Amino acid sequence: MSSNADIYHEMIIDYSRNPINYGKIENPDVTFHDSNPLCGDSIDIDMKINDNKISDIKFHGKGCAICMACSSVLTEISKGKTIDEVRNITKHDVLSELGLEHLQAVRIKCALLSLKVLKSALYSYLGKNMIDSQDADKLKEEASSLY
Amino acid sequence: MQSVEKSFENLRKDFPILQRTVRDNKRLVYLDNASTSQKPNQVIDTITDYYRNHNANIHRAVYALAEEATEMYEAARDKILNFIHVKNREEIIFVRGTTEAINLVAYAWGRSHIQKDDIIVTTEYEHHSNIVPWQLLTQEKGAKLEYIGMNDNGELNLDDLTKYLATGKVKLVAFSLVSNVLGTITDAAKIISKCKEYGVLTLIDGAQGVPHMPVNVEQLDCDFFAFSGHKMLGPTGIGVLWVRKSVLQTMSPFHGGGDMIREVHKYETTWNDLPYKFEAGTPNIADVVGLGSAIDYLTKLGMDNVREHEIELTNYAIEKLSKVNGLLIYGTKDISKRGGVISFNFADVHPHDVAQIIDEEGIAVRSGHHCAQVLMERLNVAATSRVSFYIYNTREEVDLLVNALYKVARIFKL
Repeated sequence: MSSNADIYHEMIIDYSRNPINYGKIENPDVTFHDSNPLCGDSIDIDMKINDNKISDIKFHGKGCAICMACSSVLTEISKGKTIDEVRNITKHDVLSELGLEHLQAVRIKCALLSLKVLKSALYSYLGKNMIDSQDADKLKEEASSLY
Repeated sequence: MQSVEKSFENLRKDFPILQRTVRDNKRLVYLDNASTSQKPNQVIDTITDYYRNHNANIHRAVYALAEEATEMYEAARDKILNFIHVKNREEIIFVRGTTEAINLVAYAWGRSHIQKDDIIVTTEYEHHSNIVPWQLLTQEKGAKLEYIGMNDNGELNLDDLTKYLATGKVKLVAFSLVSNVLGTITDAAKIISKCKEYGVLTLIDGAQGVPHMPVNVEQLDCDFFAFSGHKMLGPTGIGVLWVRKSVLQTMSPFHGGGDMIREVHKYETTWNDLPYKFEAGTPNIADVVGLGSAIDYLTKLGMDNVREHEIELTNYAIEKLSKVNGLLIYGTKDISKRGGVISFNFADVHPHDVAQIIDEEGIAVRSGHHCAQVLMERLNVAATSRVSFYIYNTREEVDLLVNALYKVARIFKL
C-alpha cells in the first residue's frame, strides 16, 4: 500500500490552496452547517435550487487540505445536477475523484464532512418543502451513517 | 547542566516503545507527552508482577494475597503524599484521572455548596475537563460560570479575577497549573492568595504540572488538587484527587457501592472513613500500584532535574522552530513561565496536514483543538499543532522535527 503522505499530491494541494465554489450565496434556498468534534473542521454549504436542480452551490469554513479539496470536488460534481442525482452521490464518488480510496480511518471524516453537510442540507430542504417526509428521513439517516 | 542531559539520555533504554520504528522504518519521535507519556519497564514490570504474584481484592479478605495487595495499594497512597507534599493520607482519593477528579468535585462538593446566582470562575485556557463539569453544575443550579481572560502572551489577566471576587458571589476558582496548549505556568500562588482574601475555595488541575515540575500542594494551599497517572509514566485509568480535609468532610459521596460504606441497612447507610467514602467499588488496584512505581522512577530522577531538562529542551526547540519561515508559536517565550509544551501553526497549512506529513517521518505530534475549544476561539484558530516534551526527548529529536517541517513546506510550496 502506498504511504499515507502520498495523499498530498498536486491536485489536493491545488484544491486546498484555490478551492472551487468557495464562498457564500446571497439568499440561499438552503444552508447547512456541521463540524467534526474531534478536529474542529467546520463546513457550511449554501445552495440555490431551481426546477429540482442544484443551480448554485458554495461552501465555506475551516478545514485541512483533505477537507477543502473534497468540498471543492463535491460541489463541482453536484452543481447542475438534480436533487435525486445528488442524493445518489456516494462517498466513493468523492474519494475516487481525488485518489483517496485508501484514506486512513482517522482522516476519512475530513474527506466526508462536506458530503455529510450536503446530504443534511438536502434533508433540511426536502423536510422544509414537505415533498415526502419519509424520504427526507431516509436521507437524514444516510447522512448520519456516512462515517 | 551537561550532567543532567547525559543522565537523561541514558534513560531512553528504559522505554521499550522508544526502541521501535514506525511507518517506513522510521525511528519513533514521540512528542505528544501532554496527551499521554510512554511507560518505562519499571512501571510495566510492576503491573505485570502485581497480576502475576499478588492479585487479590483489597481491604476485606484476610488471606495472604489480599494482605499483600492491600499493602501495595496503600503504599502507593503514601508515595503520592510525599510526591505532592501533603501530610494527610485521608485526603488522597484515587480516581480514573483528572476528568473524573473534577467531576467528583462538581458533583460531591458542588451540588451541596453551589446555589442560584453563585459564581464559579475558571480560565480561558482550560481543558474541557475543567469547563464542562462547571457548565453542568451551574446550569443545574442557576449559577454562573465566568472566565479569567488571557492576554496575547498567553498569560491570565488576573484583574478579571479581582472583579469577579469583588461581587462576593464567587464560591470556587478552578484553574490549571499549566495550560495543556500554551504551556503557560499559571501564577497559582497569586490566584490562591487573592481567593483567600475572600474566603473562596480553589481547585487546581495539575495534570500538566505534576509530571513535569516539583509541586508542593501544601505550600500552594489550594483546596482541591487533581492529576492523572498516565501523563507521568504511569498507566491509564488512574488519577488522584486531593481535597483539604476540612472541605472533604463537608462533601457527600460521589458513587455509592462497596467499600465506601460503614453499615448498610435496608433504607439507610452510614459512610466509611475518609478517603474510602469516595472510593466506591473495587478500585483500579494494579494501576494504583503502577502509579506508585512511576512516582518511584520520577523521584529517583528528581523533579528539579526533570524541569531543568524540559527547560533546556523547550528553549532549544523554540529557538529552532522560530527560525522556520512562516511558523507561528503561541504563548509566552519566557521559559520561567512555560512548561515543555509548544503549540504552533505553520503558515496556512492545517495542523492535521502538518501532523500527517511529519508522521511519515516517524514524528508523533498532536493536532487539533486539544480539548480546549474556548482557547482556540480566543486565539481565533480552528486548531494548532502541538509538541510536548518529556524526560526521554532529546535535542536530536527536535532537529528531526524541524527537518520534517521542511518537508511540509516543500509539499505545500511554502
